[in-house]
Amino acid sequence: MKFDTPATSNPIDQLKVVGQPVSRIDGPLKTTGTAPYAYDRYDVVPNQAYGYVLGSAIAKGRIVSMNLAAAKASPGVITIVTAENAGKLAKGNLNTALLLGGPEIQHYHQAVAVVVAETFEQARAAAHLIHVNYARAKGLFDLTSEKPKGTPKDVFGAAGETSVGNFDKAFSAAPVRLDKTYSTAHESHSMLEPHATVAAWDGDQLTLWTSNQMIDWGVSDMALTLSIPKEKIRLISSYIGGGFGAKLFLRTDALMAALAARAARRPVKVALQRALVPNNTVHRSATIQRIKIGAARDGQITAIGHESWSGNLPGGGAEAGAVQTRALYAGANRMTSNRVATLDLPEANAMRAPNEAPGLAALEIAIDEMAEKLGMDPIEFRIKNDTQVVPDSPPKPASNDPQSEKPQDQEKHNPHPPFSIRQLTQCFQVGAERFGWNKRNTKPGLVRDGRWLVGMGVASAFRDNIVAKSAARVKLDKRGHVTVETDMTDIGTGSYTIIAQTAAEMMGVPLEKVTVRLGDSSFPVSAGSGGQWGGNSSTSGVYAACVKLREAVAQEAKTQLAKTQQADFNINDAIFADGQIRSGSHSISLGELAGSKGLVAEDTIEFGDLDKRYHQSTFGAHFVEVGVDAATGETRVRRMLAVCAAGRILNPKTARSQVIGAMTMGVGAALMESLEVDKRFGYFVNHDLAGYEVPVHADIPHQEVIFLDETDPISSPMKAKGVGELGICGAAAAVANAIYNATGVRVRDYPITLDKLIAKMPTRV
Amino acid sequence: MKAFTYERATTPAEAASAAAHANGTKFIAGGTNLLDLMKLQIETPTHLIDINDLGLDRIEPITGGGLRIGALVRNTDLAANEHVRRDYAVLSRALLAGASGQLRNQATTAGNLLQRTRCPYFYDTNQPCNKREPGSGCGALGGYSRHHAIVGVSDACIATHPSDMAVAMRILDATVETVQPNGLTRTIPIVELHRLPGNTPHIEHTLVPGELITAVTLPKPVGGTQIYRKVRDRASYAFALVSVAAIIQRDGTGRVALGGVAHKPWRVEAAERKMPRGAKAVTKELLSSARTTHDNAFKVQLVERTLASVLNEALNETKV
Amino acid sequence: MAEFNPSRRKFIQSTAVTSGAVIVGRLVPEADAKSVLQPSQLTKEPANVNVLLRVNGSEHQLMVDPRTTLLDALRERLHLTGTKKGCDQGQCGACTVIVDGRRIASCLTLAVMQEGHDIITIEGLGTPTNLHPMQAAFIKHDGYQCGFCTPGQICSAVAMLDEVKTGIPSHVTADLIQPPEMTTIEFRERMSGNICRCGAYSNIQEAIAEVAGGRT
Repeated sequence: MKFDTPATSNPIDQLKVVGQPVSRIDGPLKTTGTAPYAYDRYDVVPNQAYGYVLGSAIAKGRIVSMNLAAAKASPGVITIVTAENAGKLAKGNLNTALLLGGPEIQHYHQAVAVVVAETFEQARAAAHLIHVNYARAKGLFDLTSEKPKGTPKDVFGAAGETSVGNFDKAFSAAPVRLDKTYSTAHESHSMLEPHATVAAWDGDQLTLWTSNQMIDWGVSDMALTLSIPKEKIRLISSYIGGGFGAKLFLRTDALMAALAARAARRPVKVALQRALVPNNTVHRSATIQRIKIGAARDGQITAIGHESWSGNLPGGGAEAGAVQTRALYAGANRMTSNRVATLDLPEANAMRAPNEAPGLAALEIAIDEMAEKLGMDPIEFRIKNDTQVVPDSPPKPASNDPQSEKPQDQEKHNPHPPFSIRQLTQCFQVGAERFGWNKRNTKPGLVRDGRWLVGMGVASAFRDNIVAKSAARVKLDKRGHVTVETDMTDIGTGSYTIIAQTAAEMMGVPLEKVTVRLGDSSFPVSAGSGGQWGGNSSTSGVYAACVKLREAVAQEAKTQLAKTQQADFNINDAIFADGQIRSGSHSISLGELAGSKGLVAEDTIEFGDLDKRYHQSTFGAHFVEVGVDAATGETRVRRMLAVCAAGRILNPKTARSQVIGAMTMGVGAALMESLEVDKRFGYFVNHDLAGYEVPVHADIPHQEVIFLDETDPISSPMKAKGVGELGICGAAAAVANAIYNATGVRVRDYPITLDKLIAKMPTRV
Repeated sequence: MKAFTYERATTPAEAASAAAHANGTKFIAGGTNLLDLMKLQIETPTHLIDINDLGLDRIEPITGGGLRIGALVRNTDLAANEHVRRDYAVLSRALLAGASGQLRNQATTAGNLLQRTRCPYFYDTNQPCNKREPGSGCGALGGYSRHHAIVGVSDACIATHPSDMAVAMRILDATVETVQPNGLTRTIPIVELHRLPGNTPHIEHTLVPGELITAVTLPKPVGGTQIYRKVRDRASYAFALVSVAAIIQRDGTGRVALGGVAHKPWRVEAAERKMPRGAKAVTKELLSSARTTHDNAFKVQLVERTLASVLNEALNETKV
Repeated sequence: MAEFNPSRRKFIQSTAVTSGAVIVGRLVPEADAKSVLQPSQLTKEPANVNVLLRVNGSEHQLMVDPRTTLLDALRERLHLTGTKKGCDQGQCGACTVIVDGRRIASCLTLAVMQEGHDIITIEGLGTPTNLHPMQAAFIKHDGYQCGFCTPGQICSAVAMLDEVKTGIPSHVTADLIQPPEMTTIEFRERMSGNICRCGAYSNIQEAIAEVAGGRT
């Protein structure tokens, strides 16, 4: 199905199942420990051996020699795979660093060996017996010092640097100006399930039970890396213990398991030990961002400039902090710049809301500062600079595939496309009312509750809606039961449930009569889970397949009725409800029509150029109240509210969970999360969950989410949009602004830990 | 984790004696710190003596005042003990500020005292650490040291002792009872249990090899307002940036000890004489030997501010 | 020391410079025969030991490597894979099980140390068709997303409520002399040893509050 004109009314609009806050259909499995994650798959293939990955002890340099003798002689050891005996390996398209290092080492904890043994205990002990002799090379590890060497980097195929009007002139002419520099920290995804894979070879056929957000990307890059045909690889990720971007691509666990199983001639399971996760896998790069805003005294922005620098290994992408500044606020003169500097730290890559999360963390403090300079309420200032068209829209790639890098035809490009729908102002209005924004003391540092200085902050949430091609297969059996198969993944997002809701709505059956099978490369290729494109795109793919299945069902009904001379059955006005298809006075059960052979339909939703003609985005407003201990500077979040406008909400219960989860990660970024670099040795020092602090229960208050009633027919037949990342966008800044309101201390360097506050807070407590 | 043999001891003397007989022996009780370090091969015992059956899990009032706490009393039980809650509130508070519910159910009194530093350089066997590998250098000096010690440090080590409980025990003048491999018992004032790093940061306490802690005794209750304030980035389940244990009497005199600032619980009795003069004076004396890094210099100010807040809280409680 | 084969090293070097180049390899699995060791080559290590584990009411006699944690014994030997390994360092809570009524981190205890104890895992609390009230409440309040920390959260929550009931205080208990209250503030502090990176905390608290019956 080609989606190239805005959706009109369709069966989803019934909202009998879609749009309802139903509980997750995978809930009984997940809450009883019976949902099988990759490392739980003892049952899929017998005789599994254990692989244990050894990470490089240096950040950059070479392996001079490796002594494996003691490890090989260690009890239970079956084999050891290193770059020396692994066979020829290519690099995948989507990972920057090689997944097996040696002799060249590109980053700390890059895998240099996998030890395979009969038991986990034996493999782990043997790995410690490998002696590696390294020659350390000088590396670049400090973003601040490497920043001047940063070069512009494209973002999803669009230009890294843009300019509209004359920024410099307008900025210097503006009566009110802000020019500040902000920084965000290196962050770790730290999903609870470390990367894990069970690999088994059957002849030249490789099967991987793994934890991967993007099944087809995983298969493609494994094929490329091993130089074997894609068809020889099956990849299964039924349940994924969190990813947040860290499992978008082929990673060490899967490759090492595959290599180990090949060498051991038996299935091998590998899970990365927690201490390897931050340095072996991927992280979000730190950013340094300079923001300049010029405005008229009435608050109208006349110039807005945003420059962002991040770091990565050679060839790696940028954490493009300036992208959202092209579209969020009005202003005739503008410039953005996203640059990346070479760093020999581990590979930086996408983490929940790449670009926008750190970008808004900076921009939305700047907006708060600017509002204060103007003497305006920060909500009023944002509303004043609302825009219904995109002020700066560089050409984007023609394809829906975010990895595509070919810019579209310049002639057709509209530099100021309208938003499909934009209710940012409404988000703020609804939120201000709900949160009691009018109770905020505009003068900072004055509200006290016992030990606590109390403050409120707001920020805009903004994240583009990406649509991506997605296929599904839908089967109907003689019991009238519907089974959906697609390689879409559920990383906690609720994919199982919203896909079941979509199929139930389309086929007119109750939710209990739908089975959803996901995360298997033998199923049709879906959009996968990333960039908040998965929910909307994959359900649209299921919608398309269901449209085809409805046609097949109707055709079958017509055929069967024709046999009994009831030829007046009209396919086009058929209704699917209560497990039946109805037309006029006729109704037949779906099971009966499916018969013993069943009916199957498969289709793909493909998106035309609606996402070029209209800018599709999701919007929100974050409201946060914090308390800051007047003595110690410890910040504790007291209240949080997010108001979101993100198209049709397919399931308010799971969508809300997406938003609160993202808000929680935003609190982490604001207050505590930081991978700390040892600039001498070039690695993230705090590489476990005690050293890299993420929010715990005690950090998070009750969180409230309001979804504005919205449908976006430009986006998809579901009229939905992504919502999985919107909640993190701006959340950190709302916390930061609340801290400023509480204390009067403006911190522009995340995370806002107490040491950055107490130096400037009054000593009298 | 290196292979080891395992046995369960039934009496303290038997355990100590067994430990002396085999090189590379370690006692295991809760296991919450030892097993973590064994997995990383920072601890590599060849023989483990499980001491959970020694019956050292009772908390008993001492005739004439005081409390005797068995070495194997779990942190949860110690914190919840009615005597401790009533008479040694600072100890309950310190225990409850540490770790998580799960770990407090496992960790023991003696194990908590003997837990090792959480310095990330100590924890990463690829990095230099004089504590783990004497002579290899200190990774934290010149590296990432935000959590590290500011007093009692040396050029060899700036690690902190991670225990909250030990800070409270230090302020309560606890005494550690042990049995040695030769069967002799002795008592060690807690001030003498932990060592400063000096040139030998790998030697962390004054126990002889095989010596087993059997109990910790607390002297008679000293009353006063007892406060344990732990300052950390996240609200729970984190090690202290600094912590302040304080016992403050109605007349403004009292005791104070710090966690998160040194290789051992940090208490300077001379500083306590300044208590009536306020936090600034006390801190100046407490931290007179401070030697900070770029990353942890804030701790000096943080101690003063936290102590001021604690004194203020005590003052308010006394008023009520 | 086994040096890298010089010719091989040179080869890898050259590919490193032209990183991204596709190297056509063999289609069939390639195993280095010499690297597959025979059992006879195994050197000695301390013998495995017998342990009797009582899990969810059933007894299991196992021969285990003494190094085996309770977590790994449950998962790898008894195939009770509901208990998860999130960090193996006591830093996440995903491996929480209930032993003799108390929640513990099963990654930081050895299987051999748990003989004679009553171990309850998530599988022992309820099944998909016969849910424990806490499991049902997690589903109702969407107290999970990816589900990986969930078994640990649920085991922890069940045992945590018992801790409050038996009067064990917490960091946030205002008065150490009085019994602690069934409040969300208490629950948040007490559940802090169970990390949920998906950020379902707010919903988990709703679920626990419902089971506790004392909404605040």
